[in-house]
Amino acid sequence: MTPTRLEPEATEISDPFWDATREQRYLVQWCAACGAPIFYPREVCPKCLSPDSLEWRESSGRGTVYAVSVQHRPANPTMADRVPYVVALVEVDAGDGASTIRVMSNIVNCDPLAVRVGDAVTLAWEALSDGRQLPVFEPTVEGEMT
Amino acid sequence: MRGKAAIVGVTDAVSPTGELEVTGRALEAQVVRDALDDAGLTLADIDGVCHSSSMQFAEFLGINARFTDSTMTGGSVYEVYLEHAASAIAAGVAECILVVFAQTPRASRTEAKRRGGSAPPRGRPGMWGGPNPMAEWEMPYGLQGPIGGYALAASRHMAQYGTTPEQLATIAVKTREWASLNPRAKSRDPLTVDDVLASDMVASPLHKLDCCLVTDGAGAFIVTSAERARDLRKPPVYVLGAATAHTHMMISQMPDLTVTPGALSGPNAFDMAGIKPGDVDVLLGYDSFTITQLLHFEDLGFCAKGEGGPFVESTNIGPGGTLPTNTNGGGLSYTHPGAYGMFLVVEAVRQLRGECGPRQVDGADVAVAHGSGMVLSCMSTAVLGTEAAL
Repeated sequence: MTPTRLEPEATEISDPFWDATREQRYLVQWCAACGAPIFYPREVCPKCLSPDSLEWRESSGRGTVYAVSVQHRPANPTMADRVPYVVALVEVDAGDGASTIRVMSNIVNCDPLAVRVGDAVTLAWEALSDGRQLPVFEPTVEGEMT
Repeated sequence: MRGKAAIVGVTDAVSPTGELEVTGRALEAQVVRDALDDAGLTLADIDGVCHSSSMQFAEFLGINARFTDSTMTGGSVYEVYLEHAASAIAAGVAECILVVFAQTPRASRTEAKRRGGSAPPRGRPGMWGGPNPMAEWEMPYGLQGPIGGYALAASRHMAQYGTTPEQLATIAVKTREWASLNPRAKSRDPLTVDDVLASDMVASPLHKLDCCLVTDGAGAFIVTSAERARDLRKPPVYVLGAATAHTHMMISQMPDLTVTPGALSGPNAFDMAGIKPGDVDVLLGYDSFTITQLLHFEDLGFCAKGEGGPFVESTNIGPGGTLPTNTNGGGLSYTHPGAYGMFLVVEAVRQLRGECGPRQVDGADVAVAHGSGMVLSCMSTAVLGTEAAL
């Protein structure tokens, strides 16, 4: 499979995240000592600087749109046939149902012009060329999430 | 500067084998932790960073920096950092500045061998080398750069405060009025709010005419002592205050998309200068996009947070107005070759010397040049004044 868009290049720190995407699981790095989620995944906790208290927790995939911009021109040639497409910052459940991390993503399977700040969104996936999957989001269907 | 600063925490990481097991950011974090312990300080005390890539490094540790230095002079740079840090502390610009170095050529060689030959480390290098989280966590999603980051900030400001596209467009219209008085400006034809709103949507909610120009350009300025300056050809323009702050490197790490680090650099520079927003005769704010200038009005204290929209409706920022803003025509209509900050300083000096002809602001004694870097990431504020403002 050839890449259809710029594909994220993992590091040793983020390998667990990307490996989990193969099973459509969304992992969030946490510092157990600080009791706080960390995004993007780091070599140490950016609060206590410890490299030893890091762990992964699985997100429910529920999120809220924090900011949104419809791209009417492609950022690069691989995105040309998607125009107009939605890039958003999404506040996604960090795994405990209370904390969130803020991530960049696309909102798909919807009218791109209809996405608003505050919309509820749910994790979706787009296949990458090497078996990993890219996390994207789609509008939450009423009653779908429990 | 003499006696005004001291070194309070030190550490180094070495190994008898000549090779360290911990490398990269993890190694940097280790020496930071040890130096903080040595000093009895915590990360929260740090308000300044000297590092070969200070913005990415500060973002990694979540440091909001009001002093930053990535000067590169080769091996001597850590003494240069010390000199700069001590002068900054003496000047009251920052209190606790962290200087960090890590380099592991032997571990890198071992790692390359392990990978088989000269395979490069994984992950695309960042703009200044080192790891680049943007390539992993942002670039796959196709946000146009740099406009996309500003568009996200504009969308958040609109949702949170009710700011309208018309209010943003007003900034472009008023700036164009200034450009019409500047024969050297690139875009001088009259512009209306409707024109801006009818121009192509590039990254919603920003239209083409919400964006700065792309032009060629160059500039230079010279700084000397106040004493020396008085003997030279033109009236001196004094640096009354200056401050810088950064909070993030990539837009998804910006703590609050409606608040720029100008909310720190602006008040700090104004305090140093002993001025209030009402004392500013000319404002030169980096207007990469209309939203950028709107955020400057709020963060510099010309209006309250969230009231930038109503502010540009009720306050004339154009010719003859009460807050003359971007009198050269700005990045929106004068010129914008990339790092536009140079032109903010040049126009501020020309206004304070009274050299601006039809666009001259009468009796200008205090001007502010407020620069913006990356995606609302680093703001730097300079308060400049005439002899009368001293």
